[in-house]
Amino acid sequence: MFSLELLLDAVVLGVMVGCFYAAVSIGLSISFGLLDVPNVAHPALLVLASYGAWLLGDFDIDPIVAGFIMMPAFFLLGVMLYRTYHETFEKRGSDAGVRGLAFFFGIAFIIEVVIIMRFGVDQRTVQAFYIGKSIEILEVRIPMRMVAAFVVAILLSLALTLYLSKTFLGRAIRAVAQDEAALRLMGANPVAIKQWAFGIATAVVALAGALLIIVQPVEPTLDRAYIGRTFCVVVMAGLGSMSGTLVAGIILGVAETIVLTMFGASWAPAISFTLLLLVLGIRPQGLFGR
Amino acid sequence: MTGRGVWFWIGAALFIALAVALALVVRNEYVFFAGFVILQFIVLATAWNILGGYAGYVNFGTSAFFGIGVYTAIFLLKAFSAPLLVQIGVAAVVGAAMGLGIGLLTLRLRGIFFSIATVAITIIAETLIINWKFVGGATGVQMLRPPVTPPFDSYIKMLFVVLAILVVIAVALARYVQDSKLGRGLRAVRDDEVAAESCGVPTLNLKLVACAISGALMCAAGAPSAMYLQFADPVSAFNLNYSVSALAMSLIGGTSHWIGPVLGAILLGSTQQLLTVTISSEINVLVLGLMLVLFVVAAPEGIIGLVRRLWRRVGKGSP
Amino acid sequence: MNSARIGRRTIIAGALATGAALPAMAQQGPIKIGMSMPLTGGLAAGGKSALIGIEVWRDDINEKGGLLGRKVELIVYDDKSSAAETPAIYSKLLDVDKVDLLFAPYATVPTAPIMPLVKQRDLLLMGNFSFQVNRTVKHDKWFNNAPWGPADSWARGFIDLGMKSGAKTMALIGADQEFAQNLMKIAKDVANEKGVKVVYEQSYPPATVEFSAMVRAIRAARADMVFVCSYPPDSVGLLRAINEIGIGDSVKLFGGGMVGLQFAAVMESMGSLLNGVVNYNSWLPEKSMEFAGTKEFFAKYQKRAVEAKVDPLGYYLAPFGYAMGQMVEQAANSAKSLDQKKMADFLRSNEMATIVGPIAFGPDGERKESATLMAQFRGVVDKNVEQFRNPGKQIILFPEKWKTGELVAPFDKARK
Repeated sequence: MFSLELLLDAVVLGVMVGCFYAAVSIGLSISFGLLDVPNVAHPALLVLASYGAWLLGDFDIDPIVAGFIMMPAFFLLGVMLYRTYHETFEKRGSDAGVRGLAFFFGIAFIIEVVIIMRFGVDQRTVQAFYIGKSIEILEVRIPMRMVAAFVVAILLSLALTLYLSKTFLGRAIRAVAQDEAALRLMGANPVAIKQWAFGIATAVVALAGALLIIVQPVEPTLDRAYIGRTFCVVVMAGLGSMSGTLVAGIILGVAETIVLTMFGASWAPAISFTLLLLVLGIRPQGLFGR
Repeated sequence: MTGRGVWFWIGAALFIALAVALALVVRNEYVFFAGFVILQFIVLATAWNILGGYAGYVNFGTSAFFGIGVYTAIFLLKAFSAPLLVQIGVAAVVGAAMGLGIGLLTLRLRGIFFSIATVAITIIAETLIINWKFVGGATGVQMLRPPVTPPFDSYIKMLFVVLAILVVIAVALARYVQDSKLGRGLRAVRDDEVAAESCGVPTLNLKLVACAISGALMCAAGAPSAMYLQFADPVSAFNLNYSVSALAMSLIGGTSHWIGPVLGAILLGSTQQLLTVTISSEINVLVLGLMLVLFVVAAPEGIIGLVRRLWRRVGKGSP
Repeated sequence: MNSARIGRRTIIAGALATGAALPAMAQQGPIKIGMSMPLTGGLAAGGKSALIGIEVWRDDINEKGGLLGRKVELIVYDDKSSAAETPAIYSKLLDVDKVDLLFAPYATVPTAPIMPLVKQRDLLLMGNFSFQVNRTVKHDKWFNNAPWGPADSWARGFIDLGMKSGAKTMALIGADQEFAQNLMKIAKDVANEKGVKVVYEQSYPPATVEFSAMVRAIRAARADMVFVCSYPPDSVGLLRAINEIGIGDSVKLFGGGMVGLQFAAVMESMGSLLNGVVNYNSWLPEKSMEFAGTKEFFAKYQKRAVEAKVDPLGYYLAPFGYAMGQMVEQAANSAKSLDQKKMADFLRSNEMATIVGPIAFGPDGERKESATLMAQFRGVVDKNVEQFRNPGKQIILFPEKWKTGELVAPFDKARK
């Protein structure tokens, strides 16, 4: 059932899906990629943001607008999370890895349960003018919601790349990722900078969560399906590279969609994760690693 | 054999004797159903700790090994009607081979990269099973277990005793690893791998051995689970829950000593069993989350650390 | 909290509901019915709804003076939608709680591991919407409340409808999970038997995000009917993609085995996207489906469901939970005891009246005749859950005895 038209379709759609993957991973690219915080609660926060967008949808607020509205709250949440993490693990020294991981797993479970208690277990979707419609690009019909995800992902990674390279704080964040001690010598406070960066990473999740519920229906335990996917994108990209995250997302998206259309869809997850293993095996620092 | 070694083996013998006695005397089967689950978690947590605790390599792929163990047993049962002990034995061999393979593939990776690679392996393993129709594929498979072997009068009791023996094997191995040259090498890896390597510690070989032992035990724990449920489907067999629980139990118990995972598994395993049949619901998941956060924040050394601290305080208090 | 409601309070509520019980009841002690239910995890939405149905039955029967003059108590534990939990739970129910009767949990996966246990102990087990779970075990005291009937009747209903409107080819898509795969295999067999050509066949992994690519492939295959075996998130994803991409004008019939389109939250959020889909169901608020007690049941159910944040319609599972109780009631009354063998004999050889219609069992413990509905969504509007309470939104096309309208085909036309 091979045809050039289907292949073209698959590639175009794969790019869209890939950008969506990049958008949901980019927060993690900061928190885990740049700051070395093993934030496995990232997908849970994502789902939490989706429920926020759903809740605001009751007041006829567009989900993407809702994402922006939730940003300050998520920023604060991120600052608090990092504060706790820093006080309990980073301060105490070297063995933060395993325990930090367990800590964030715990947080993820707590978020899951809170969502279940507050909203029940039913899956939720939102309404917006761009959901359920499509546009034609290159003779390929693309769902508008995927286009929304695509645009937001591009703008997000562009904005973050600019922020990290052009602004003072942005550069400080990258500096903290590379050499914390040097920064300290220069009189800056690395903890305050990291806290700020983690706040931004979490604020970005608010927007990404809104995208998630635009693209697919959301239920409380959806985060588990995204742990593998988001970390896969971030690691494949090379830690902390924003544009790399975009490219890695697209590679993953295209690979998945081509397998889905051309071969057996059953094999799709194995393909993307084999890809990850290959990247790790050949180039452990990722495609765009520092 | 040192004095402590003798006591360990006496304890182990008593433990197995107790399990057999329970199986022969107690009639209430619930004891064995619940006990089986807790023993299974002891094996998994102990196995996890050999690599995760001693060497500091956080394996997220416990469920990959467990699931492969389950499906090894199913394959052997369907293809050759193999008895339980053969299933466990072969599963252990498969697990060791798998551990070695994964080790060779991923142990060059450090820290969280290794963890993520193990997540990837879990998903790949699950996909393979989903596409393997002989063992039921995505549909899952129901099977009837072979008749029970005397002196046991029910299969679950026999499984319970088999698991008790598996626990002793796992703990003995963990204890051996901990006290041997292997364990010292692994600890050196955990503390500073580069330094250890430059001092001539054969880090890769040590890690491979640890990976193989850990994998063999996890797979071996999976095999009897197939006979326990008499049903398997990929989603249940490769459940993320096994990975998280093994990690959580080790951390809650304490990773520095073999008794840690055992204590953690008993505490968390029995709490979960208890909660399931009392308040049963979201609270159960919440308790796991809270326990994880509380322990890693307030008691970073786990139960072992708490006990040690208490011990020291008592020691100081008395003249 | 909401969650504490489930376990212990269920039992307490049962006791309180019959505060004015007869003295005789107190003397004999209550009849304990034990079960696990998926109250967390992937199956929880269904599990919670099914449980309320059973609870309504318990309260009704206690109000009438109990079962065999004894109060009925439910003992319910959460199995987390997982197969790994149920063996221990059922053993606790039997060996520690010493329950008198067993109900199965909702769905196949949690039920499968307890089948050998009940067979070994030769106990009566009332099934709760599992699919072909007795196939390998062959237990003679198993009775499933689900309307499925013989394994292939489901796909047969759908394919018959398609053939009647002139369909000759079929596309098959399904999730790579237990139930969907079973259904797909059966649908393929039925198609082969009837001479319908399968022109496209695809399984997709759980947690697939985007279905546009698959919808394109289906369109390229130009099938006359599309049989879909999907789970709730994918059902939504697929229908959305079809709405956006278009499935082509060749398709006469679309749907069949889409899980999720029976739940209020999903139906409400999908709204007009549902129109035209022909999908399976178990009970619908159509004129032909009103039986003695149905109306009263839903009045009680819906009041509780809203309080508990559970499916406010509850058509799919809850009335069958109640029917489970009604069947046990009739069997116990006929046996004049809880003798499991006598009760099983009664269940096997009698037709019982329930709020979901008469139920009779075949030798395998499944319905003798399929009562699975195939219904087409019509005139559904967006953002309105109340509309589904009225007849006419889901026209029953199959089976013949409950039919309330004719199929509108092709699919694209029916969607307008």
